[in-house]
Amino acid sequence: MPSELVENYFRTEKLPQIWCPGCGHGTITRSIVSAIDKSGLDKNKVCIVSGIGCSSRAPGYLDFNTLHTTHGRALAFATGIKMAKPDINVIVIMGDGDSTAIGGNHLIHACRRNIGITAIVYNNSIYGMTGGQYSPTTPKYDKGTTAPYGNIDKAFDICNLAASAGATYVGRATAYHANLLTSLVQNALNNDGFSLIEAISICPTYYGRKNKRGTAVNMMEWQKNNAVNISAAAKLSPEALEGKLLIGELKNSPEPEYTNEYQKIIDRLKKERQ
Amino acid sequence: MKSRVRLMQGNEACVEGAIAAGMRFYAGYPITPSTEIAELSAEKLPLVGGRFMQMEDEIGGMAAIIGASLAGAKSMTATSGPGFSLKQENIGYATIAEVPCVIVNVQRGGPSTGMPTSPAQGEIMQARWGTHGDHPVIALTPSSVRETFDLTIKAFNMAEKYRTPVILLMDEVIGHMREKVQLPDPSELEIVERKRPDCSSEEYLPYKADYDLVPPMADFGTGYRYHVTGLVHDETGFPSNNAEVADKLIRRLSNKIEMHRDEIESWEEENTEDAEIIILSYGCVARASKSAMNILRSKGIKVGTFRPISIWPFPERRLRELSLRVKTIVVPEMNLGQLVLEVERICGCNTIIEKLNKVSCEIIYPEEIVRKIEEVL
Amino acid sequence: MKLEDIKAGEIVTEKVIINPAWCKGCGICVAFCPTKALELKNDKAVLADVDKCIQCGACELRCPDYAIYLGRKKNEKQG
Repeated sequence: MPSELVENYFRTEKLPQIWCPGCGHGTITRSIVSAIDKSGLDKNKVCIVSGIGCSSRAPGYLDFNTLHTTHGRALAFATGIKMAKPDINVIVIMGDGDSTAIGGNHLIHACRRNIGITAIVYNNSIYGMTGGQYSPTTPKYDKGTTAPYGNIDKAFDICNLAASAGATYVGRATAYHANLLTSLVQNALNNDGFSLIEAISICPTYYGRKNKRGTAVNMMEWQKNNAVNISAAAKLSPEALEGKLLIGELKNSPEPEYTNEYQKIIDRLKKERQ
Repeated sequence: MKSRVRLMQGNEACVEGAIAAGMRFYAGYPITPSTEIAELSAEKLPLVGGRFMQMEDEIGGMAAIIGASLAGAKSMTATSGPGFSLKQENIGYATIAEVPCVIVNVQRGGPSTGMPTSPAQGEIMQARWGTHGDHPVIALTPSSVRETFDLTIKAFNMAEKYRTPVILLMDEVIGHMREKVQLPDPSELEIVERKRPDCSSEEYLPYKADYDLVPPMADFGTGYRYHVTGLVHDETGFPSNNAEVADKLIRRLSNKIEMHRDEIESWEEENTEDAEIIILSYGCVARASKSAMNILRSKGIKVGTFRPISIWPFPERRLRELSLRVKTIVVPEMNLGQLVLEVERICGCNTIIEKLNKVSCEIIYPEEIVRKIEEVL
Repeated sequence: MKLEDIKAGEIVTEKVIINPAWCKGCGICVAFCPTKALELKNDKAVLADVDKCIQCGACELRCPDYAIYLGRKKNEKQG
């Protein structure tokens, strides 16, 4: 008999998930479900869309309308759902590669449109499902099976990318900061327009092992000791912030939401023809 | 009663047909020679409470119409060669997830950027095998503006009836030409809606097929919380690595179309009763074949025409029958020979098959067909 | 949550419930339990010292597999 939250929102017959021991994805998924619970959403009106990768197996475990799409295209599928039925709460779960590599084009446009979608990127800085290749968010000089001599790419800052592309609510948390993640997702669900939450996850099996970050516990302790909330960061000197991970609410500037704007066109045309 | 006679462009007829069929969502991307379909959808959809999206690329367009269809909206996208290539992966997704939608490909000169404002028929095989893996396909091909209207409705009806993507293969000539058209009154049209579940949400199995091999489909957001995936899945919709489940699913997907061949297959034939030679052609080329037939008939040469309207599944049985009593089948195409490969497979042993291939991005003229036939007499 | 609902095989303690079938032995709950009330025994989390447990829920919050959760709400009367 699982906990009440899991009993109410998970497809418990599908548990435990396929994720590796200590993978942060399970923790992050629970925070999201907790946010849905606290927001009091009608399960029948929640649709969770995902792409391809470890993170994208999450919807299969969740008792909502769930859609597991093609790699990188979750946001484009989700855009169709939101436009066709704006009263559905559309949540999109993607990996870091899923959203910023193959899915990058759809990401920046979904942000630009400010369409009513809450996108959550499970960022474990690696392609886990395919066995540990480096991704667009793998830190410079870190290793992956396809960067055996160290990654020479510069990593994306997903939150800045989304914020500058037009997302109107942006936040970051980690698997350790599970309560913060829940509150950020709640705020995102509350934001009419496009919200992006970056959830720093933990990949002990590939990223951790390949880059000697120790066990899942060590990686979670790193998150605990190296993340600084933006509200606290303002008081810290640049040196103190060096190498620290900025978490919390990074952008909150509501703007008109895409499907509402489109509905105004429909209503205006109806009035003109009466 | 306001006359419904209009001078209409092929691409416009496609949008009129789509809306008449119940299209309430379009997502696409500008590309010659199909852009008018996007423009007219953008203009007309909000007038009927529908919605239009211009996506960031054709991949996004194909993804969005699948999402909208899952939410219950009849959806369409239109493109041309380059975009059709980009959409293939998600067409495969719509096939395995059994999501009704319509994909219009207004063929232009290829390959690659090719000759955007000129016609061709280069995607016959791509329409069949463009997306990876074993899968069924329905592809319809109009050869007039009025037929574009009718086939768009038919495409939507088949998509809904069989829970599948349907491809409408047009070409630049049909897309851009204008013809006088008498549109039927909406009341005369037969519009099909997808089969929705009549059981409770607890009992609902999204991929448990009925006798017709088509599972009932619930709209997202209506109380049936189910899972949709591109992975091989069982009747519950959840992923499965089981060999038997995979075999059963892949075979059902193809049999779902195969089983309904008689309703899906369509063609038009003329003067085939006494024909010694048959011209087999489709799309804009079929218009030239008609003229060629008349010219040859006036010279006393017994020529008939056979025009597949459903390119996939191909009307095999009828063609095989005809092939037993004709000397030659001439297949003019604006490609280096694509549909002719099917003709050869079907009746190459029964009769002589002659190809006429034009890849100059110009249309095939009646005189060229006449000359070809006179050569092979 | 009534105790008799609990499936056979679940280690039942009033304060915290652990489902060994779902526990993958990652050790996160053990590491982040503020009072060190948990430990891993042959790769499964167990409540080593029930008195130490203050039902803060840190374990339930971060368990990636939902294999550990508070047995009874903190604000309910104990016993």
